[in-house]
This record gives sequence, C-alpha cells and structure tokens, in this order.
Amino acid sequence: MEYVRAFLVGGIICALVQILLDRTKLMPGRVMVLLVCSGAVLSAVGLYRPLFDFAGAGASVPLLGFGHLLWNGMKEAIQENGILGLFMGGFTACATGVSASLIFSYLASLIFNPKMKE
Amino acid sequence: MVEQFQDIAKKKKEKEYQKYVKKMTPTHNLALNMLKAFLVGGLICTLGQVILHTAEVMGADEKTAGSWCSLILIFISVVLTGLNIYPRIGKFAGAGALVPITGFANSVAASAIEFKKEGQVFGIGCKIFTIAGPVILYGILSSWALGVIYYILLQLGVTG
Repeated sequence: MEYVRAFLVGGIICALVQILLDRTKLMPGRVMVLLVCSGAVLSAVGLYRPLFDFAGAGASVPLLGFGHLLWNGMKEAIQENGILGLFMGGFTACATGVSASLIFSYLASLIFNPKMKE
Repeated sequence: MVEQFQDIAKKKKEKEYQKYVKKMTPTHNLALNMLKAFLVGGLICTLGQVILHTAEVMGADEKTAGSWCSLILIFISVVLTGLNIYPRIGKFAGAGALVPITGFANSVAASAIEFKKEGQVFGIGCKIFTIAGPVILYGILSSWALGVIYYILLQLGVTG
C-alpha cells in the first residue's frame, strides 16, 4: 500500500508540474529552483510533513522534498545552535544529495563522452 | 498579367509555409503529457519507496533511510545520463523525469560531461554548477530566510 501511495502522490506532483511546463514555457532550471523554494516554504508552514508521512518517497523524491529536507535541517540547527545554526542547517541537510550529485557527476565526466544530439 | 500570376504564386507559397510551420511546431497535448509525467514520476518515486523501505528494514532511521534513497537514485540517474538513456526518458516524460531528485542529478551530470572539453576548472568546474548552482543558492537562501523568521518567533516565544 505504501508503494501505491508513493506512486500516486509522486505522480500527481509531476503531472501538476507538467502543466506549469506546458503552459508557461518556464525553463527546467527555473522550475527546479521554484520547486525547492516552494518545498521549503510548504515545510516551514507545516504542510509538507503530513504529506511525507502519507506518501513517503512520493513526497521526498520530488524536488519539493529537497526543500522540505533543507527546512528540517535548518530548524534542527537553529534549535541546537541558535544564530550560528542559521548558517549550518541548510548545507548539513542537503550534504548527501549535493555531494553525491557533484562527485558522481565528476566521475561520470571522466568515463563518458558527450553524445551527439539526436 | 504576369504580375498577377507572381502574386498568386507568392501567396500560395506563403500559405504552404504557414502549413509547414504548423506541422513542425510540436502540438502540446497537455493531457497526454500529464499522463506520461504521472507514470514516469510515479515510478521513480515508487523505486525511491523501495529503497526507503529496504533501508528501514535493515535498521536505518528515517533520516538515514532518506539519505540512502537520495544517494542511490542519484547514482542511477548519473549512470543513465552518461549512457544517454536519461535524456530519452526526459524527452518522453517531461516533468516526470525533471521533478524527482534524479532530474537534478541528471542536469548536474549532463553539464559536467558536456563541458569536459573546456577543461577541468573552467569546463567541468564551472559548468557543473549551471543547474546545481541556482538550486543550491536559492534553496539555502530561502531556508535561511525562513530560519530567520523562525528564530525571531522562537525568541518571542511564539513557537516551540
């Protein structure tokens, strides 16, 4: 059942963003930025947590979940370290995702060559 | 007479050109695009749920399981990008391939691979952040701004 919920919620988020892509001609980069920032806001006002509890990866895998992750890290860091936490939380939270993307991508650039556009 | 014929021929050509433009412009079938995005996006999230569940069964807490989930999805996405498979998924699925974390990893890997010829520092080093840069900057900035508000509310005793 948890797989069905993840499939449905993740799918619906993607389908909604597809409307945005088709109707506004927003570039993919802007859409990603928009999603991460919206995720952080939704999480801060307490709306994203219930969605995550319901859908699991359906809520955490889309980039909205990345924003949710950032906010959670920020909140914890502030509770632990106060003002200093404001400058620690974000990077601590997204460390795995960002490091993995950068490191794997660098290694990939050593192995693979650019393909011709079809 | 000749001019008239030329005029007609010109108009005919123009009409044909308009037809050609209309034919070549991709028609956006929104419902179909949404369906594709739904299916592929849903599948990627389901795969994420499999990883999340497996990690939790192996004894990881929620946070660690989430990290494993991102790590493995990112790895798969980067490999598929290198093999030129992810761009094909993206072409088919649109937002379904863009919205999940795999879409982020894809754009990071794609720019690293594409610009390797321009050198280690100004090629890969700079261009790897083409998409990652804005996402990280605005993600960190927005969570910082929200954090400032949260900190103030905390000091005022409004929230716990």
